[in-house]
Amino acid sequence: MNSKQVIMASDQAKAGYIKGLSVHTDESVLISSRVKEISLKAGLGLILFLAGAFIALPVASLFIKSPLDVTLRSLHDPVVIDALRLSLTTSALTAVTVVIMGTPVAYVNARFHYPGKEVLDSLIDLPVIMPPAVAGIALLMAFGRMGILGHHLNALGITIAFTTVAVVIAQVFVSSPLYIRQARTSFEGVAPEYENAARTLGASRVYTFSHVILPMASNGLISGAIMAFARSLGEFGATIMFAGNFQGRTQTMPLAIYTAMQGDLDVSLCISIILVAISFVVIAMVKILTRRVHKNAGS
Amino acid sequence: MIYKRLFGAIVVALVLATSTGLCQEPEELTVFAAASLTGAFGEIGQLYENETGIHVLFNFDGSQALATQMVNGAYADVFASANTKQINVVKKAGLMNTSRIAIFTKNKPALIVPIDNPAGITGLSDLNRSGLKIVIGTDDVPIGDYTRQIMDKLENDTTYGYWYKVGFYNNVVSRETNVNYIVSKVALGEADAGIAYKSDVTPAMAEKIARIEIPEKYNVIAEYPMGALNQTRYPAQADMFMRLVESDQGRAVLEKYGFDPVSGPAIPSTAASNAKAAA
Repeated sequence: MNSKQVIMASDQAKAGYIKGLSVHTDESVLISSRVKEISLKAGLGLILFLAGAFIALPVASLFIKSPLDVTLRSLHDPVVIDALRLSLTTSALTAVTVVIMGTPVAYVNARFHYPGKEVLDSLIDLPVIMPPAVAGIALLMAFGRMGILGHHLNALGITIAFTTVAVVIAQVFVSSPLYIRQARTSFEGVAPEYENAARTLGASRVYTFSHVILPMASNGLISGAIMAFARSLGEFGATIMFAGNFQGRTQTMPLAIYTAMQGDLDVSLCISIILVAISFVVIAMVKILTRRVHKNAGS
Repeated sequence: MIYKRLFGAIVVALVLATSTGLCQEPEELTVFAAASLTGAFGEIGQLYENETGIHVLFNFDGSQALATQMVNGAYADVFASANTKQINVVKKAGLMNTSRIAIFTKNKPALIVPIDNPAGITGLSDLNRSGLKIVIGTDDVPIGDYTRQIMDKLENDTTYGYWYKVGFYNNVVSRETNVNYIVSKVALGEADAGIAYKSDVTPAMAEKIARIEIPEKYNVIAEYPMGALNQTRYPAQADMFMRLVESDQGRAVLEKYGFDPVSGPAIPSTAASNAKAAA
């Protein structure tokens, strides 16, 4: 609306300027500027449509290729049930782990300066940029049975590779940066004045953190946790390399999609549809939560 | 100005490059081959390139993954599968040239263990011992299909039986989508044992893994069929490649990697060398 007015205003200004120069071209200029405007709008509209269709078509194709009754039948397939159960539990566990471990890190990095902070910050962000396959082989080299730390653990009778624990470790590795980043921004959004006020009124550090800062940052923290949960649900590369592919134990939904696609396409599509549905819910939740954050910040 | 000229030169060069490419013989033959053929076909591909000057582009993966790719539109000239089931998937989709599909080699599943064999595995009878970590194939990949057939045989045998099979499957920690992943997990020492092919213990792998043969009466024979696809743009060159695989030369390479020959005489020499002799 705003930009449209600007365009129209500038067109009028142009037209007026030209009017002053020549009376003859007045009408033709007006028409040509209108044609320009219409073609610009049509062009932009087409680009928007193509952009939407580019995303919508593949998603819609999943539903078109998998009729409802086939999807419902596949829901009873043990592969689907096991993958769904495993993915939901490991991702929830990952989200909880990331919140517990990540919140203090995010708070400290938001409020304090200390030597090596830049290094730690970069390290925390590294898994976002790192290709999942690299994460997978790196985790195997560290925690695998022959790995740097893994062979000591193995001597103690603890094995990690090819267990559900490995699935969670891979998920925490790739999704923790999403939460920590979001949490840090949320903490930075809480003005230090509130904290100082609480402290001068006699509240302890811990009480201030849990009763003043946490509630004010909570929407951001929750949306960060949801993002970490969603990233964990989608984790594929690191998991298949580090945790292996075993139904019910390490075969999460993306791994089940990959494995089933080579045999039973219906099962593959069914799991995909479930993941698409979950993705929609996640986007909706994050949008609602971040909107509230903005409102809070505004009021 | 300089940039414009440079740009023009690049365009001209590109046009020339593509047009000369179009005029010439194919520079590339695309071969989809079972993961277990990685070593042997790599070598045969080099022989083919030396003889014909045509580069062979390989896609090695589980035969079921390759079949899925082709059915969904991937381009290939030749498909070599590790079982008939997967070549039939492509055939059923109407994509194989059915006039010339033949078994070109045979293989046998085998037990593989890390070279230092930390679990002290000596044979099939150890595989149900609790606490072992075993890696096998998925149900769809040919090696997984063969493994299932072997387990069914063992289940019906009085020395092994149902509970052996249950114990075995309880030890399985991962199911891989192609045999190379089974081999690498055993070679890394992350698994105590795996069921792969006897051809997987290649000279290069011999320092990392050891092979334990599966007794004849419980084992199955893996037959590898190969054929050209209907869509091939280079039927003559595809045929030449298959003839090279089936020739004495090709057989020698396959046998070096531990494959077993098919019965019947080998094709005396390749079409390519025939053409050379004629010329």
